[in-house]
Parts: sequence; structure tokens; C-alpha cells
Amino acid sequence: MAKYLAKRLGQSLIAVLGITLVVFLVLNVAGDPVQLMLPPSASQADIEAMREEMGFNDPIIVQFGRFLKGAVVGDFGMSYNYNEPAMAVVLERLPATLKLAGAALLISLIFGIPAGIISAIKRNSKTDAVIRSISLLGQCIPAFWLGIMLIMIFSVKLRWLPTSGNDSWKSIIMPAFTLGVFTAATITRLLRSNMLEIMTKEYIDVAKAKGLGGYMIVMKHAFKNALSSILTVLGLQIASLIGGAVITETVFGWPGIGRLAVQSITNSDFMVVEAIVFIMAISFTLINLVVDILYCIINPRIKMQ
Amino acid sequence: MWNNLKESKTGILGLSIVLLVIVVAFTATIISPYDPVKQDIINKMKPPAWSEGGTWDHIFGTDQLGRDILSRLIYGSRVTLMVAFSGTILAGIVGVVMGAISGYYGGWIDSLIMRIVDIQLSFPFILLALFIAAVLGSGLQNIILIAGLSGWVRYARLVRGEILSIKEMEYIEAIRSLGGSNMRIIFRHILPNVISPVIVIATLEMAKIILMEASLSYLGLGVPIEIPTWGRMLSDSRVHLVTSPWMAILPGLAITLTVLGVNLLGDWLRDYLDPKLDF
Repeated sequence: MAKYLAKRLGQSLIAVLGITLVVFLVLNVAGDPVQLMLPPSASQADIEAMREEMGFNDPIIVQFGRFLKGAVVGDFGMSYNYNEPAMAVVLERLPATLKLAGAALLISLIFGIPAGIISAIKRNSKTDAVIRSISLLGQCIPAFWLGIMLIMIFSVKLRWLPTSGNDSWKSIIMPAFTLGVFTAATITRLLRSNMLEIMTKEYIDVAKAKGLGGYMIVMKHAFKNALSSILTVLGLQIASLIGGAVITETVFGWPGIGRLAVQSITNSDFMVVEAIVFIMAISFTLINLVVDILYCIINPRIKMQ
Repeated sequence: MWNNLKESKTGILGLSIVLLVIVVAFTATIISPYDPVKQDIINKMKPPAWSEGGTWDHIFGTDQLGRDILSRLIYGSRVTLMVAFSGTILAGIVGVVMGAISGYYGGWIDSLIMRIVDIQLSFPFILLALFIAAVLGSGLQNIILIAGLSGWVRYARLVRGEILSIKEMEYIEAIRSLGGSNMRIIFRHILPNVISPVIVIATLEMAKIILMEASLSYLGLGVPIEIPTWGRMLSDSRVHLVTSPWMAILPGLAITLTVLGVNLLGDWLRDYLDPKLDF
């Protein structure tokens, strides 16, 4: 176990390094950060002065070394917009994003798991058809449009929920729902197909022959075995949840790092962008590590290699 | 193939929607009632024909600058399709080549490519896409490039897996002993075997690319502002939700329908070409 964990941690570290390297390269090799940060009216002298001041005249290797050295201790330089260390700006907004992603995950599990099970048990019935249509739609609707439609109905027409912000418990309902729909749909579809496959297995016949009731067979035998595949997908879905947060937070004016990312990109506050990418990369790799460990606990037959 | 399609109602629906969008995009200059960028401030924010105050001059109404929404929807389909097809093809080529190299040669190059795949799969691409769009600037080419970069990993994984199982087969050994080169083996004997799962993935990935392009346009980092796109129309509608809800409803419907069509077609193709495939 310890050896496996060490190996996975090592891989995670490489992944985080890889992403930071990509971000650094895109910004410094494909683009010119100074040009992006200064207004178009800046004179050549201004540009040169800023280059010198920020150390952009050093060789690229030296710059990357400096960048990495800072990244290790979480120092990405100062944010232009907020005049604070970039990392502090990001960390301040991280809890809001985690709260939103957590709520969305909860919603997707609450809707996705029962829907998937019911759909599988009542295969080819009307209920199944309805659940399948809704889950297919859930994968096709752009999140930002769903968000706008919800705002139109529940904020503009009915005036039940606030359009934006994070002031009361009511504020999180629409953003969490918008963000969770895609994951809920994915879980439903996957769970249905897995349960159907498992229900054809011999051990289900054995359970039936033993005289077990339908509920026991479904929950104890079929669902338990379908769970490991759900976990794998969840690991990947968390990436799309945090990615989706970028859009959802913008639509609902949610004060998290997704909205901060969009604002910082449009304002060319690249120090903040680098810090966000770094934090996101670390969160993902950690979450995936946890998922891997859970996976082994649920399914001990999988060797930890 | 046609007989199988006839039996699948959802497959027919998917194909019809996709064909409709393609026809609309190709005939945009003919069927579009107005110039999609022509402003007409006197007639701004006219509701659609069926609601109160609407006229048949502008069936779907007009936007905040008096531009005809139907015409903008029609022209918007062009950007959607252009990005969807070019992005899918680019991603497919990059992914198949990388997967083939990875699976066929193995060793360190395989490890390297698979690490890159892992990194990309574990990271929300929209963030990198935003970042690349901001640094490189907006433009159709850049969006296609981003679409291509975002989707290649799935093909690479699939092709690698298929090649790993095929390359050990006896007929490959036979070709090798007859003096067949690596390139010949890969292109003539291995790749034709993976073409159908690649087509299935391409269709399902295309749906994702359409959603991504719309998201980037919505955030204002898509194609230049003067080109009408569905995502941009939606972001324009944001401040007019109370007075002109149709400005938000119609482009969203267009995106959802198109993605639905592509997904239905993809689901049918998967069942038809490769029922064992599961993703």
C-alpha cells in the first residue's frame, strides 16, 4: 500500500509539473506577457522597462527556474488587479468554488444514482424512456444556457431565487443544479448500462435461486458491483465539475476561482491565472489519488500496482 | 447500414438534425432573409412573429442592434460546423498518429505520450482553452487549434490499445517476415482495423467541440466579434433577459438541438459499428 501510494504521488507530482510547464510555455513562448499586460498605447521604452523589471530579458531556462522555485512555495508573484500576492487572491476564493463543486456533486449523486437504478430495473418501460431522454438532454444542453434559462424562470419571472452572488443558502441552488446536471446525466447513463450488464451475470441467477428478494439482489449484488465503475467516472467527472465551474460561476456571478480565472484572463492578470491553474492541477491529482484508494478499498481484487 | 438505420428512430432523428444544420450552413447566403450583421436601430429588440408586437418581417425577432435573429442563427451554424469538423479532423489525425506511435513502438516514447494523455485527461481543458485563446488572441484558426488540442487524447488511447492487441497477431508477424516496413504495417494493416471505433469517437467528440466553441464564444474568447455565433448571441442576450427573452432562448435551442443530433447519430453509429464499445 505504502509503495503504491508513493508511486502514485510521484506520478501526480509529474502531472502537476507538466501542467505548470505547459502554462509557462504558452504564456512565455507562444505569447509575449509584457505586450499582453501593458495597454496598447504603451511606448517601446515602457515595454523595455517592464521587461527588465520583470526579468523577461533573462534566458527562458532561467525564467522557468525562477517560476518553478516560486511555484514550489506557492509564490506566483503579485496580482496587478488586486495588488496582493496572486496565490492569496486565489486561495481567498477557493472555498466558494469547493462549496459549489461539492453541492453540484451531491446533486448529481442524489439524482443520478436512483435514476440509473430505476432505469435499469424498469428496462424498456415508459419510466426508463423518460429517464433516458432527460439524461441524454442533460448531456446536450450547454451549461451556460441552462443557467440563463433558470435565471429567467426562477429569478426574473417567479422571483424565488437571486440571480447572482453568494449571500444566502438560496444563492447556491441554481448554480449547483446547473453545474451538476451534466454529471448527473453521465452517472445515470453509465449506471444503467452497468447494472444491465451485471444483471445478466450468473451470480445474480444464483442470488435469485437462493430466493433473495428483488431489493436485495439489486442493492446488495448489482449496485455494489456497479459502484466501482461509478467511482472511476467520478474521478474524471470532478475534473469536468471544476472546469464547468468556470462557466457556471461566470453565469451566476459566483465569487469563486472559475469566475476569477475568466476575469484574470480578460484583464491579462496572468500571475493569478498561473496560480489558479496550479491550484486546480493539485486539487485534481489529489482527488484522483483519493478515488484510486477508494477504488481499491471497494474492490480488493484490483491489485495496487 | 441503411436498413439498420431505418429501424433506429433516434438514429434517423440524429442524422436528420445533422443534415439540416449542414444544409442550412451551406445555403446560408441564399436562405438568410437579412444580412446577419446589418444593424437597424429603429427595429431593435422586436419580438418573434408569434408573440405580441412581433411581425413576419422578422420571424425570430431582432436583437439589441436591430439585427435579424433568424439570419444570425443561420450564419451562426457556419462557425459551429466549421469549428466542429475542422477541430474533429485535427484532433483525430493528431490522436491516431500519437496513438499509433505509442502503441507500435512502445518503450519510453509510449510512456511519454501516455503521461501527456493522463495529464490532459485529469485537467479541465476549458481552462487551458481560455488561457490559449487569451494569449494567442481570438480567431477562427485559434479556436480550431484549441478544439484539436482538446480532443486528441481519446483517439490516442483507443488506437494505442487496439494496436497493442493487433501487433502481436500472426498476420503482422507474417508481413514483417516478408519484409514489410513499419510504416506499411501501421498504415496498410493496422489502422484500417481501428477505423470504425475512431469514427464513433469522432462523432461523440464533435458534440463536445460544439459545446466548447459555444462556451468560449459565450465568454467572449471565441471567434472575432463581427462573426455571428450562437455562443456570442447568448452572451449578448444576458443583459436583455427581462425585456427580450427570445434572444436567449433561440440560440440556446440551436446549440442544444445540434449537439443532440450529433450525439444521437454517434450513439447509433456506436451500436451499429461496434456494439462492444462502451463509453
